This record gives sequence, structure tokens and C-alpha cells, in this order.
Amino acid sequence: MPLSTQSEAGDDQYVLVASLDNAKNLSNILKAITFKDHALFNATANGLKVTVEDSKCLQANAFIQAEIFQEFTIQEDSVSFQVNLTVLLDCLTIFGGSTVPGVTTALRMCYKGYGFPLTLFLEEGGVVTVCKINTQEPEDPIDFEFCSTNVTNKVILQSDSLREAFSELDMTSEILQITMSPSQPYFRLSTFGNAGNAHYDYPKDSDMMELFQCTKTQTNRYKMSLLKPSTKALALSCKVSVRTDSRGFLSLQYLVRNDDGQICFVEYYCCPDEEVEEE
Amino acid sequence: MDCMVTGGNVKVLAKAIHSLSRIGEELYLEPQEDGLALRTVNSSRSAYACFLFAPLFFQKYASGRNPTFRCKMAVKCVQAVFRSLSSLEKTVERCHIELNVEKSRLTFTLHCKHGLLKTHNLSFQDSESLQAVFDKDSCPNILQAQPRLLVDTVLHFPPSLEEVSVSVSGERVWFRNHVEEEAERSRAMLTELCISAEEFEQFAVSAPTRITFCLKEMRGLLMFAESSGLPVSLYFDEPGRPVVLSLTDSVLEVNFVLATLSEESHPQNHDNTNTDRRAQPPPPPDDFMNDDMDFLIAMETTELAAGGSGCSPPQAQDAGMSQLRTRAASEGEEEEEDGEEEAEDTGRPPNKKFRSLFFGSVLPTSSQATNQTLRSQDVLASDSEDEDPESS
Repeated sequence: MPLSTQSEAGDDQYVLVASLDNAKNLSNILKAITFKDHALFNATANGLKVTVEDSKCLQANAFIQAEIFQEFTIQEDSVSFQVNLTVLLDCLTIFGGSTVPGVTTALRMCYKGYGFPLTLFLEEGGVVTVCKINTQEPEDPIDFEFCSTNVTNKVILQSDSLREAFSELDMTSEILQITMSPSQPYFRLSTFGNAGNAHYDYPKDSDMMELFQCTKTQTNRYKMSLLKPSTKALALSCKVSVRTDSRGFLSLQYLVRNDDGQICFVEYYCCPDEEVEEE
Repeated sequence: MDCMVTGGNVKVLAKAIHSLSRIGEELYLEPQEDGLALRTVNSSRSAYACFLFAPLFFQKYASGRNPTFRCKMAVKCVQAVFRSLSSLEKTVERCHIELNVEKSRLTFTLHCKHGLLKTHNLSFQDSESLQAVFDKDSCPNILQAQPRLLVDTVLHFPPSLEEVSVSVSGERVWFRNHVEEEAERSRAMLTELCISAEEFEQFAVSAPTRITFCLKEMRGLLMFAESSGLPVSLYFDEPGRPVVLSLTDSVLEVNFVLATLSEESHPQNHDNTNTDRRAQPPPPPDDFMNDDMDFLIAMETTELAAGGSGCSPPQAQDAGMSQLRTRAASEGEEEEEDGEEEAEDTGRPPNKKFRSLFFGSVLPTSSQATNQTLRSQDVLASDSEDEDPESS
């Protein structure tokens, strides 16, 4: 790797070094959570977690495990910084879209620690670009306290079918209502727009339904504007798990396969708009 | 009303709705004994479209207990039910349309693959019947062609072209873009296509004629025609009388009735006499209140009893279909007036030239007349704001 020969002697100054042969394995997944400018990066020995939040009601996380990277070296237990995600994405895609098959942008991401900028070395076809992006004070991400033990309903669907429903959702509806139940209608997405209401029902025995574990009938409403960004993650994913807990909080987990077939995860947490107790 | 559309017909229904959306903003739905009628009219009442689906088009069709039920809703809302045409035939197995009168909801239920069920509950407004009165059979000029021929012809005109002129002689048809006299001669581009009568499946011309009508509206029909593969027929008479574009097969009848420029406002080739066209201001709304019977009735429909023609006043016919006279206009439908005002500002109001025309309600036969108030004849599609409790 051409980049690894650079400044090897100075590597110990970096608390984090992460390299990828194909920068798209990072940029594509980050695009799925870019609905706000700023993102929190948290690196541990397990890998990289990028968090974006909106109005304290929505949180999106992208997980890129250490194994995805060709090189992932971390000198501390946990390294965190906040950075402008839009700028980072612009840098990662600085060589534009590559139309030549087999040619990828290689990335080496380095961070010296608190107060230092995030340094990106990007190379494609022998051309090297160095980007330094200022970092900001990391803020603690919201803890939605969503734990598996509190989950009342869970379904896993193939993304194809949910994509279709999401693309047709009535955008004049301010809320998206999700009903999950052990009985009819099993899994239902509803909108209430100017023209009237619309319902998308997925039966539990549909071949698009990979897992159906609903214990209690629950209907929750979420702001459409908050959930709209999740369609990007849906577009990238092949499967999605939808879970609600006893408080009505929503967890959407997307399984994304990157260009090399490796698995990454994106998850969205959303607060309910108002709780509607049914039956 | 309760009906079920299956298989490829779902796409036909969806295309019909998309086609109607090119003409007007509201979709009028009327379940009749002889089928389901979907109609629309444009804001200036110069274009009307009707799709009549026979009961056989449906796997199951019940027009319902109330024979006079009619409703209207925003066409965009119905379009949203059939959003992506391309995936429709792949995913939708059947479409169930059901009316729930108590809740004032029209429910479209799409049964899709993988068990997915899409339910759309649309609200509607009660409405009057929207019927254009026209009689294709009495038109002296009839052309019929495969849709491909017409599609290929209009392809030569820019998408922005508003009006097209169609001239016929005994053996040929010319399609030409209509150019405003005000347009600068140096910048105007004229495009003309000449097609021989041999290209048509039917070519009956009584006398050389030229009519000018809105191309955009015709495109709305052609869009549907192309996918259906059914031959398109054009029925027309002299300038000023509407042209009817029609498609028929055993389970479907489509009629687009478009106004044409009338004689006095129809400019000759190099004639600069801009006569009355611009000079005629819209008739003041007050006049309409007094003119209950003064409709624009193009011709009698076959449903009308002979008594119908006696009702049309001579003035209306002289006006040659070029005046907008509807109660709706007198009530000042917002969008219509806005459209007119806007149109005047730009100085190029294609729709205004085709003032509404041929709308009137289906006039009752003498036996029915006693059961209906005079007001209910004023038809068209009145607003739901009408305080008058209509027969529906």
C-alpha cells in the first residue's frame, strides 16, 4: 500500500490510524446518516462508531468494525471527536465518482488526539490529497436507554419491500404511525395526509418477513420529518429490524453490505411523538 | 360502489388516472349501471376527458344501491395510490375500490405480492355530474389512426407548444404548430407535417377544414393510447366546435373533448386582423345569473330526448362555442378566476381562447323536467360549497 510507507516513523504520534483500500466502504455508510452537519466519532478497539443526532429525538449510528479496515490502530481505550460530516464526506469523495472499474480511492485516516485536526490521506491513481479537518469538542451522545430486555415487539424485514412502502409514503402526513401486533394487522405503517389516510400492511407470514416476534399490540407515532432520513439507510441495506420497547421508542437496525461484501450496521433510534394506547 | 380490478387492468386504470391528471385537477367519479365513469375538466372548461370502464373491465363490479352517487376528489390524491406505474404490473395483483358512504371515504386497496396490502382511504366531496354534451356521430370529419402515427407526429413539436392546427383535405392531413400573430415573425418557427390519408385506418372528410386545439391535452390522451394500443379517432366539424378524440374497445370507452378556436378568432395564415379575440373581455359574471338556460351545448347526446335541442337558445349557438358560460364561473371558482387573471397578465392565454364551451348538464327529457329544479340543470360540476341540496 503506497500510503503505509508514508510517515511510518511518525505513526506513534497518532492515537488513531485507520486505513481502507476503498474509501467508499466508509463514505457510503456515512451517507446513510448525513442528515445533520455534525457527527460524533468514537473509536474503540472494536471499530468506529459515528453518531448523528437531531433535536434530541432522533439518533443515528453507523458502525464500521475494525475488521473492515485494512489497518486499524488505536493507542487509547476510546478516542472521540466531533467533526463536520459534510466536509468529511466531501473529502472522502474528493476524487469524484470513479467510473473505471477496479480503481478505488485509498484512505488513511489519522488523528493525533484532542485539539488536533483529523488528517485524511487520500490516493487514487497515484495522486495523493491530504485533508485536515478541524475537530470539535465531543459531546456525549444521548442514551436512549433502549435495551433488548425491554423490547416488546420485533420484526425483521427484507429491505426491498420496506423501501417500496417508504418511497410511497404520503409526505403531507406529519407523522408516521407504526402498529405492531401479534394479531391483524401484524405490522402496519400508516400516514394521515391531506388526501386521507393510507396503510401499508405486512402480514406475519409474508416471505419478506424474516422474523416476527410481537408480544403486545402497540401503536406509536413518530414525526415523519425525523424518520425521513432513515430512507437513505434503507436504500443501502438488505435487511432491517424494527423494534419497539415498552415506552414506544423505535429502533431501526439496518444491515448494510459494503462493496466488498462485508457487513456494517446502521441504526436509528427515535422517540415517539405521542403514545397511543390501543386495545 | 364496490369493484375489483385485476391483473393488467390495474395498470390500465392507473394510466387512465395519470392521463386525466394532465387535463384537470379534480377527478369526478361516477359509478353507473353501465360502468364506472372517471371524468375531469380543466379549469377553463375548455377540455373534458372521460374514461368509461364497462362492468366487464372489472372482475367484480357493483355500482351500488344509490344510482345517483357521484363524487369528486383531487386527482393528485388518486394518483398517489398508483404511484409508480412501472412497478405496478410487477407488484400489484388486484385493486379493490370500495365506497364507504357513512365515513365519506373511497377506499382503494391494493393487494400486492408477498402479502403486502396497501390501503388508501381517500376523502371525497359530493358533486354534480360532470358531463360534456357532444355527439361524435354527427361530426362530418372522422380520422382514425393507430396511436403510434399520432405519437410520432406530435413528437416533432416542442413540448412547450400549446396549440396545434390540424387541416384536412380530401386526401391529406396537415399538422402544424399554431403561432400567435403577436409572435415576432423573425423568431417564429413553423413546423408542418403532411400525412396521407392512406396512413389512416379511417379517413372521412366532408369538406376541407382546419381546426386548432390544445396539443398538451391531446398528449394526455396519446399517453394512454400508446400503452393501450387502441386506434385513436378524431371527430371534428368546423372551427369553434369541439374536437373529440376517442378510443374504444369492448370494455373501455375514452373520450377527450377539446375546444377548438372559433372562426372569428381563428387567424388565417398571414392575416393580421386580430379582430375580436382579445377585444372580447370575459362576460361579466352577473350575466350568468340571469341566463340559466344559456349553455353551451355543442350537440345533443344520444341520451337526450329530442326536446333537448329546443332548449338551446340561438345566442349560444351563434357564439360558436367560444364563450365561457358556466355557473361555476359565476360563482367565481378560485382557481378559474386566478387562471384567467394570470393568463391575461402574460398576454398569452391559450385556454381563454377556448372559452368553455360545451358544457351543460344533460338536459332532462320533458318527463324528467318536472322532477328537477331549474337550478339543477346548470350543471357541470358545481362546487361543493353549493348550499343547494342537490339530488345527490
